[in-house]
Amino acid sequence: MITVDDIIETNRMITENKLDVRTITMGISLRDCSHPNIDQFCQNVYDKITRSAEFLVKTGEDIEAEYGIPIIHKRISVTPIAIAADSCHTDSFVPVAEALDRAGKAVGVNFIGGFSALVEKGFTHGDEILIKSIPQAMATTDIVCSSVNLGSTKAGINMDCVRDMGEIIKRTAELTRDSQALGCAKIVVFCNAPGDNPFMAGAFHGVSEGDRVINVGVSGPGVVKHALEDLKGADCAEIAETIKKTAFKITRVGQLVAREAAKRLGVPFGIIDLSLAPTADVGDSVARILEEMGLESCGAPGTTAALAMLNDAVKKGGLMASSHVGGLSGAFIPVSEDEGMISAVQKGSLSIEKLEAMTCVCSVGLDMIAIEGDTSAATISGIIADEAAIGMINNKTTAVRVIPVPGKKVGDVVEFGGLLGYCPIVPVRSQYSSAAFIARGGRIPAPVRSLTN
Amino acid sequence: MKLVVTIVGKDRVGIIAMTSQLLAENDVNILSINQNIMDGFFNMVMIAEMPEHGSMRLTDLQKNLKAKGEEMGLDIKVQHQDIFNVMHNI
Repeated sequence: MITVDDIIETNRMITENKLDVRTITMGISLRDCSHPNIDQFCQNVYDKITRSAEFLVKTGEDIEAEYGIPIIHKRISVTPIAIAADSCHTDSFVPVAEALDRAGKAVGVNFIGGFSALVEKGFTHGDEILIKSIPQAMATTDIVCSSVNLGSTKAGINMDCVRDMGEIIKRTAELTRDSQALGCAKIVVFCNAPGDNPFMAGAFHGVSEGDRVINVGVSGPGVVKHALEDLKGADCAEIAETIKKTAFKITRVGQLVAREAAKRLGVPFGIIDLSLAPTADVGDSVARILEEMGLESCGAPGTTAALAMLNDAVKKGGLMASSHVGGLSGAFIPVSEDEGMISAVQKGSLSIEKLEAMTCVCSVGLDMIAIEGDTSAATISGIIADEAAIGMINNKTTAVRVIPVPGKKVGDVVEFGGLLGYCPIVPVRSQYSSAAFIARGGRIPAPVRSLTN
Repeated sequence: MKLVVTIVGKDRVGIIAMTSQLLAENDVNILSINQNIMDGFFNMVMIAEMPEHGSMRLTDLQKNLKAKGEEMGLDIKVQHQDIFNVMHNI
């Protein structure tokens, strides 16, 4: 039996603490679209997506209205294009990205992810074409997102790809310089990428998934922060308990939305992603949760410990609330998409190096960080290699989404707009070169899984 | 399906009359009402039941009540009860 207090609490979470379902993402397999002729392939892709997701947006809007819970985005993820388009006789996959863009716009989704390649062990011909096509694809499309998985705990790190991705990110920044290098905000470089992640820019429909699937990503950092406001002076166990209970409630809403969406669309339910996804709005910040725990500013010593507790408690609370949990599940720490992170960078409290430490315990990695436009490709590759190493050794997903904004220096602020927010340029403190290390290429061997010191 | 109707706004004559009339016209049965006035502000939470296969769609009922509420300076929300059930019951 629900009480009036329950009703008021839920509605307060939605109206005051910005509780929302961040995304309903429909995964669509494109494995049955392959064709040697790229035009025919693009047509097959367009047809399958528009047929499969015809009612996705409408269904999301109906559920949003009926339950009174905002569902911010409706998205699509597809089979990594490097796999689906591998048999095409072509030297560029840009037309495929354009077909994805058209299809996504036709059904009205906010993003479509899967312009991707999985190359942790090596490249196929299709992988090479895809990676080469990324800059142009990001420049000529609006809602297509790209990701490359270049490392895993089982396979090690593909350092040839690490080297290439530094160059690709630089070239994308150059081609999209008129929009503050926005193209780079749509590229993620992963280690241990999951195939059921509903969040962008890294969503793709994994090769072991079914034909279609509904994955849902929840949100709600503001709700967690609000719950902690009543716990002044409480010890850490009590904080963790409260986070667990709050995460449970948030996830139950996600599970309800996912179940309804799957039923109405006639598509199997995949997973709930338990992530706390912030926005640049005041009151919707992961950094502010850490500060509520007692840190004067996010980035102060103790931040990694606080984040570790938050990340773990979110998972523990969410796991019981959903029948299937997957994706990235944890606390995101994107800088430009989190008002508290932005403020911490502006105050000089949070650096890219501290963020790197935080990625050892958060759900993903270095995310939405604007850096100086003249940062070299080798330095970006070095950042990617470090992040991939953290993921590989710790058996977790890590990622890099950095944006070298042409012409911008430390002290400038870059505006991306919408959910992508805004970001002060974050300094890369070491001015020394990684070039000779990155130029070596090859593979970092898979790590030993015992002797874990 | 069961619905939760929440009404918040400045107190005035006819809030419950208007709401219950509109619900009755749409074949929605009121199951319980919890209401109070705090500092001149009217707060009401109502549980109601709507026929599963009736002619009225929930989204239409929401629009009608919202529009009526705005005329009277009230914020009226209608939600499917399940969102509260899943969040507060295991």
